Amino acid sequence: MPDTPGWARWANDHRKWLFAAPAMAFVAALIIFPLAWTLYLSLTDSSGSVRAESEFIGFRNYLDVLSDTDRFWPAVGRTAAFTGVALFFEVVLGMAIALLLWRPFRGEKWVRVAILLPLVATPVAVGMMWRLIFDPNIGLANQALSWVGIGPQPWLAGQHTALPTTIFIDIWQWTPMVVLILLAGLTSLSDEPQEAAMIDGASAWQRFRHVTLPLLMPTVIVAILLRGIDALKTFDILYATKGRGGGSFHEVETLNVYAYGLSFDYNEYGLSSTVLILFFLIIIASMWALTARRKEGKR
Amino acid sequence: MAALTLSACGGGGDDSGASDTVRVTLVNHVWTENIRTALPEFEKQTGLKVEVTQLGEDQLSDQYNVKLNAGSSDIDVMMYRPLQEGRLFAKNKYLADLTDKAKESGDFDLADFQSAPLSATTYDDKVVGVPIITEQQVLYYRKDLLEKSGFSAPPATLDELKTQAAKIQADNSGVAGFVSRTGKAAAVTQFSSFLFSFGGDFVDGEGKAAVNTEAAKQAYAYYGGLLREHGPANISTDMSWSEAMAIFTQGQAAFYTEANSLYKNATDPGKSKVSETVGFAPFPAGPAGSKPYNIPSWGLAINDASNNQTNAWKFIEWAAGKEQTLEQQKAGVPGARTSVWENPEGIATYPKDMADAITVSLANGVGHDRPLVERVAQAREIVGQPIVDAITGKDAAASADAANEGFQKFLDDEAR
Repeated sequence: MPDTPGWARWANDHRKWLFAAPAMAFVAALIIFPLAWTLYLSLTDSSGSVRAESEFIGFRNYLDVLSDTDRFWPAVGRTAAFTGVALFFEVVLGMAIALLLWRPFRGEKWVRVAILLPLVATPVAVGMMWRLIFDPNIGLANQALSWVGIGPQPWLAGQHTALPTTIFIDIWQWTPMVVLILLAGLTSLSDEPQEAAMIDGASAWQRFRHVTLPLLMPTVIVAILLRGIDALKTFDILYATKGRGGGSFHEVETLNVYAYGLSFDYNEYGLSSTVLILFFLIIIASMWALTARRKEGKR
Repeated sequence: MAALTLSACGGGGDDSGASDTVRVTLVNHVWTENIRTALPEFEKQTGLKVEVTQLGEDQLSDQYNVKLNAGSSDIDVMMYRPLQEGRLFAKNKYLADLTDKAKESGDFDLADFQSAPLSATTYDDKVVGVPIITEQQVLYYRKDLLEKSGFSAPPATLDELKTQAAKIQADNSGVAGFVSRTGKAAAVTQFSSFLFSFGGDFVDGEGKAAVNTEAAKQAYAYYGGLLREHGPANISTDMSWSEAMAIFTQGQAAFYTEANSLYKNATDPGKSKVSETVGFAPFPAGPAGSKPYNIPSWGLAINDASNNQTNAWKFIEWAAGKEQTLEQQKAGVPGARTSVWENPEGIATYPKDMADAITVSLANGVGHDRPLVERVAQAREIVGQPIVDAITGKDAAASADAANEGFQKFLDDEAR
């Protein structure tokens, strides 16, 4: 038996690390490094230029941001409202549509394609399109309202209607994704429990409430998880419809839009990094809460 | 041997990566369209190749923020806004010093540039950019609506503007008397001419915030009031020039104050329903006279980190040279060269009333249209707050007081 060269033996002994090395390098370069750099910037007063000299100021940025009731906390509130409301409607509507599509019917393929259309459009393009439709003076939405005798609405232009309108756009675009996930879950359910319930004389609502929904719960939580994280991070729709700063009164300024403005409009890299780190913690916390719930659901 | 010596002299880093390809980043603008069609001529003359990246205004600004911050050398020539980001870029040393190149180039004739625009591209006595597009604010109006309401001439004063706007609005259902930008930051530049014409400015002679002077309060109340009372029915506080221009060109407004450089949008039948009836007038006079801004809106600069600076300068020398400036001006893009303005050919293609309005602006114009600070975006948001408050019917004077306090804090902070 020929001698195995030393390096080959070494490689053989450490093969699980060797095979994982490219992935680890990737994670280090694209996730850990930027995160660590952001964390570092958040502890400095970096502004103007990232290359300019900056001072290490400890947690002063965090104190500043957390005591900022003018922009930061309202942005947290809007982020929560946007995510919560959009997610609620997306899951409820998504469930209703998925149930309708569950059983085969004529023209099913066409209906599915039509429902999935918003999903394949670029969010920025979607934002621009709705911005035109919702234009208060020359937009289609107000024209349509006038045909049925309703007066013009401010939609995106109004200080208090802008956020609900952007939530509507998000629901329009992302409900199909929830439909897709739930439909996949529904088609993988076995028929027996349904049939048994039917024999027992359960009504359609009872079957949904006590059979379908509990069986589908793990899928619902996956849908909430995926869509929830995405909704928290929404930027493109808000930017495309209301521009920088989330409008003249910051009416749709979420944490993402705020952090972007701090970086790209104000060149306040330290503060912006602080907001992003806090935002990151919020996302991790909500993800953790949801996955904990999911494990419970599985049990 | 001579070539060797020359290249050795130039070895200060700026030409270490000299290449026949000049990488130019430009914004979406009529100027850019014109220069792109002329590029083959430049490439033939010099044997260089030009690689153009063209972006929207916001994307361009973000691109610079990322690339210049990272010290990237893959931009040679950059089109930038001297009043918006000029100071910040110059302070961060993103812009190469062009003083020697500009002064030594015989044909280029640096002295030919109007002094206000040139001073905006000069930092610490160094030429760091070359102005290529200038803007003055003028009054766009609808001749047919004026005539219908019995007015023989466009308003010469802000009082007349209000009277005429009200009358025309009353006479034509569905038509607003006046439209202009309403977005908090976007409106600041167009509001500035109102501020100056009422006798105010953003900052006083001693460098203190001055947005709550009596003149400034009147200007805020006037601008906001005009839009609230005589603006489009469902007025938003988000309008930039594209939205306001759309309302005007759709025939839904009688008067519109905007930069002259955008006038083709209103006179081009392909874009405007009112191309036949649009007229132009000098900015109406306020208590302090007619004082519109007269500013360089765009300039060309060289990225300090570029290794191809000699060839980059060749591009600027050509693109901002006398010949191209004349061509641009003939195509409707006002430039910053005195000789071109003095040349009858330079204004021959403008509508007659536009040319007259520009002449007035050049004589009375103010050299800035926003606070002259480093963090311009932030300053615009502060001084723009009373505009949107006035439009939405809040107390403009109280808002101006609050803005002044915030603005003074901002100025103190920046001075530190």
